[in-house]
Amino acid sequence: MPDQLIFATEVILNGLMAGVLYALVALGFVLIYKASGIFNYAQGVMALFAAMTLVGIMNGQVPFAHLINAVFGGHITHFGWHIPALLAILLTMGVMVLLAWCVQRFVMRHLVGQEPIILFMATIGLAYFLEGVADLMWGSEIKTLDVGLPQGINLWIDEATFNIFGYGFFIDNLDIVATVIAALLVAALVAFSQYTKQGRAMRAVADDHQAALSVGISLNFIWIMVWSVAGFVALVAGIMWGTKSGVQFSLSLIALKALPVLMLGGFTSIPGAIVGGLIIGVGEKLFEFAIGPLVGGATENWFAYVLALIFLVFRPQGLFGEKIIERV
Amino acid sequence: MLDASEGYVTEDGRKIGGVVMEMKNITLRFGGVVAIKDISFDIREGEIRAIIGPNGAGKSSMLNVISGFYVPQEGEVWFRGAKRPQMRPYEVARQGIARTFQNIALFEGMSVLDNVMTGRLNYMKTNLLQQAMWMGKAEAEETANREVVEKVIDFLEIQHIRKTPVARLPYGLKKRVELARALAAEPKLLLLDEPMAGMNVEEKEDMSRFILDVNDEFGTTIALIEHDMGVVMDLSDRVVVMDYGKKIGDGTPDEVRNNQEVIDAYLGVAHD
Repeated sequence: MPDQLIFATEVILNGLMAGVLYALVALGFVLIYKASGIFNYAQGVMALFAAMTLVGIMNGQVPFAHLINAVFGGHITHFGWHIPALLAILLTMGVMVLLAWCVQRFVMRHLVGQEPIILFMATIGLAYFLEGVADLMWGSEIKTLDVGLPQGINLWIDEATFNIFGYGFFIDNLDIVATVIAALLVAALVAFSQYTKQGRAMRAVADDHQAALSVGISLNFIWIMVWSVAGFVALVAGIMWGTKSGVQFSLSLIALKALPVLMLGGFTSIPGAIVGGLIIGVGEKLFEFAIGPLVGGATENWFAYVLALIFLVFRPQGLFGEKIIERV
Repeated sequence: MLDASEGYVTEDGRKIGGVVMEMKNITLRFGGVVAIKDISFDIREGEIRAIIGPNGAGKSSMLNVISGFYVPQEGEVWFRGAKRPQMRPYEVARQGIARTFQNIALFEGMSVLDNVMTGRLNYMKTNLLQQAMWMGKAEAEETANREVVEKVIDFLEIQHIRKTPVARLPYGLKKRVELARALAAEPKLLLLDEPMAGMNVEEKEDMSRFILDVNDEFGTTIALIEHDMGVVMDLSDRVVVMDYGKKIGDGTPDEVRNNQEVIDAYLGVAHD
């Protein structure tokens, strides 16, 4: 096999892995959008908030420590205990459910029946509010997150590829774990929305509020559930991204990377989010590999958006989006 | 007047039971507008009860009171022998009151089958995990619910479109799917809001036949709103007539037809 082809294969594999992480974030968007018709701008910040809360709980950090110290003049920062990762993840999930309840109770409930654009604006507000709360609660310094996921080069793949091609591929263990988790997550979400009573009710609510009420579905309950599920997806994404690149405020910007993924895959399709993420991941890595050197590199910053723009022109509903049916 | 406890026998020989739902002195206001003014009537087990009246008479408001979408300022709603506390629409639905809408409220993105299946949501008792993993009682439960749904689909003759997304269906069929969804809930009381609105003669005849068959086959108690007088008179056992939010007549179709107030409301009255 020629060297170029081997390199390209490695680039594609790495692209696929990166794409999985994009897809994870995009999934959160699709889910809320499908279930409530709301484009949740706050999804990225929710991932950040989840990751920060998880680190905070694991390290026994006192929430709102700065605020408490400023008001009462103390010097508490930590409780002085460490909580095992699994328990901390469960606790964080509890916090995300609580957050879902608050979002429903204090924001969305008052906006029932409003235009989608108003709901979208509300989620922008929510994003900034949540970012502020996260800062106040856990502080703004960069933290490392280690929940015990394997990291670093996968030696088995390295060795196997070396024996075949005479060149060892560099594949990060974390990326492999992320792929497995993403696959499990998608399977769980599909099973949930297609086969369970709550999933069916969720789809019903997204479609027609009145009709949902008339078959005995509580809108409040479903919305809290939808935001909880979005919180769960945000937690998973937060753990993956946080482990990979540290828990820091730039994490909330990964939401922006989800936009081109959604334009490609379609806003209403779970498989679309996956395939869109993979295409963007592979596309930007390959583009950087092949064209990057010719134009001075750093193409990864803009490639996804340009691809999305081209898609908007030719297929505005995305690859898997619902076909726009118009009856005249 | 009829005795509340005993029921009666219709002209075509069907036995009608005791009172299922009773509205007592209902008054509903929207700001200064009185939509319903001090109306009382009852609905009995197994009967087809119609609420008719000219446009703006308050018929739809009345249906919305029964189904919990509107909360009346005054009056009591009694359902199956107990006074109903203030309830949200989904709670009313869980009590066994199903309804259709004048402007059709279906889940447009779902198939006909999925739409009708939503009518069974309140019959699903297994937990999330069992359903998602298709474990334990979940499968048996799904099969049982599916049987009810298939029966309803057969009954309303919509087998051929069961996999079709609802958005693609013509108006008349959508109405029928909506009826199917309501029926799938095996309601104790079925509310139909203008089931024949916007239909052509043939579709109206079909729908009338289905309503009669549903009542006959499943013994479903039905309350319906309609302003096509002819249809109502053929279908219903007893009729409430409303005009400007007030009740102006209540009785069998024949009684109502010969009621002077009703005639005036529908045909107008000369002011001389």
